[in-house]
Amino acid sequence: MAHSTVTTHSPEQTRRLGRFIGGLAQGNDLYLLKGNLGTGKTHLVQGIAFGLGIREYACSPSFMIAREYRGRLALYHLDLYRLDHIEEITDLGLDEYFRADAVCAIEWAEKGSGVLPQDNLTIELEHLPGDVREITFLPHGIRYDNLAKAILNALAQDREMTWKLA
Amino acid sequence: MNILGIETSCDETSVAIVRDGKDILSNVIASQVEVHARYGGIVPEVASRQHLLTMVPVAEKALADAGTGLEQIDAVAVTMGPGLAGSLIVGVSFAKSVAMAVGLPLVGVNHLEGHIYANWLSSVQPELPCLCLIVSGGHSDMILMEGHGRFRKLGGTRDDAAGEAFDKGARILGLPYPGGPAIQNATRGVTTSLSLPRAWLKDNDDFSFSGVKTALLHMAEEKAAPDEQWVKEAAAAFQDAIVEVLVIKTIRAARRLSVRQVLLAGGVASNSALRDRFAADSPLPVLIPPPVLCTDNAAMIASCAFYHLGSGNPDNSNLDVMPGLAFG
Repeated sequence: MAHSTVTTHSPEQTRRLGRFIGGLAQGNDLYLLKGNLGTGKTHLVQGIAFGLGIREYACSPSFMIAREYRGRLALYHLDLYRLDHIEEITDLGLDEYFRADAVCAIEWAEKGSGVLPQDNLTIELEHLPGDVREITFLPHGIRYDNLAKAILNALAQDREMTWKLA
Repeated sequence: MNILGIETSCDETSVAIVRDGKDILSNVIASQVEVHARYGGIVPEVASRQHLLTMVPVAEKALADAGTGLEQIDAVAVTMGPGLAGSLIVGVSFAKSVAMAVGLPLVGVNHLEGHIYANWLSSVQPELPCLCLIVSGGHSDMILMEGHGRFRKLGGTRDDAAGEAFDKGARILGLPYPGGPAIQNATRGVTTSLSLPRAWLKDNDDFSFSGVKTALLHMAEEKAAPDEQWVKEAAAAFQDAIVEVLVIKTIRAARRLSVRQVLLAGGVASNSALRDRFAADSPLPVLIPPPVLCTDNAAMIASCAFYHLGSGNPDNSNLDVMPGLAFG
């Protein structure tokens, strides 16, 4: 499947997008989030957490590197922001986070290119002027082709909000 | 009663001996700040290995400093969470071994509750009920304390913790790690003409610091050639925005709940701008531990355990680490 882009206009809308992803998530899912500081990565993961039935706000894991939450599935929320060398990332023991009963979302995944699994849903976030964010889905593998389609489908059927898709 | 406290939840290996929950006989802290500085923060695997290297020497030094042998210890206390799993395991395994070998009760302590007890390690004891603000690299929590073991979480950060915001802000401005002290040093004596937005999140006790971080990033991107003076002023504006929200929201909650005192805890509580602002603005007494007890240390863990032993059963050898342990 080709990539597709969703535009959001507030942190709340970015969280709402995440909530749909969390609702469709399955065990072993891997989401790689790429984008600069302040593009809404943590807001998107907060939405994913809510969609998984997690009741607390998923906080930024930059300081702790990894945070774990319990919902319908576990959510491992990782952040490679502070890691500048690929050895530091291979040292983390990332395999432990790819599990059948868990979803793994990795912020600053661009720092781990080469050592992260090839099958994944890559999500690129970009900040446009104002509060506008362009969020692009790049699925890799059949599972993620299907997931990306299901996300767009869910957005198209959202009765509370009209989504700008491209 | 002498309690041996052990703390390894993050990047400090610490062992302390505290008498009756308030008198520090020793408090040895081996910091890994220099090890982690080149990464701009903690790396879990590196931290775990460092704890393994320092655990036993730090414990031996704590006993020597206190002038006590293990036969004069009445209980062992250890941080069981929240924190990094690999780091917590080192402290908990060591605590279990000591407790089992000497035949002592073992108490597992919540790291965040421990931070609050840094305020009991002084001659002036806090008065209850009180409102606690725990601000550190991983947390910005507002906790109502009604009694020993009786805590209610009122709010926390929704995105970046205060200390993490300082680290990221410092990185944006090209200042070193850890960001809190770096920003404090850069802003000493600086009056700023710059201003950054505050996130008040009306009608609740939560905090959000990701917006001010993004605003600082955009301010830095728009500045063509930032000189040293501009960096100082930007750092001051950033610090002002974080400190003001922490102070005003905490005082507002303290008034609403009619508590007797405000207690600060956690590494960011040693920030002088935060301390000064609380002192100037709060109508209630504000207790702040000395800086060495604000950052992670084992004395606070031993103090906290003293009040647990008084009220409940000690944990047995089934004690396990709880990296995601909640509080309040």
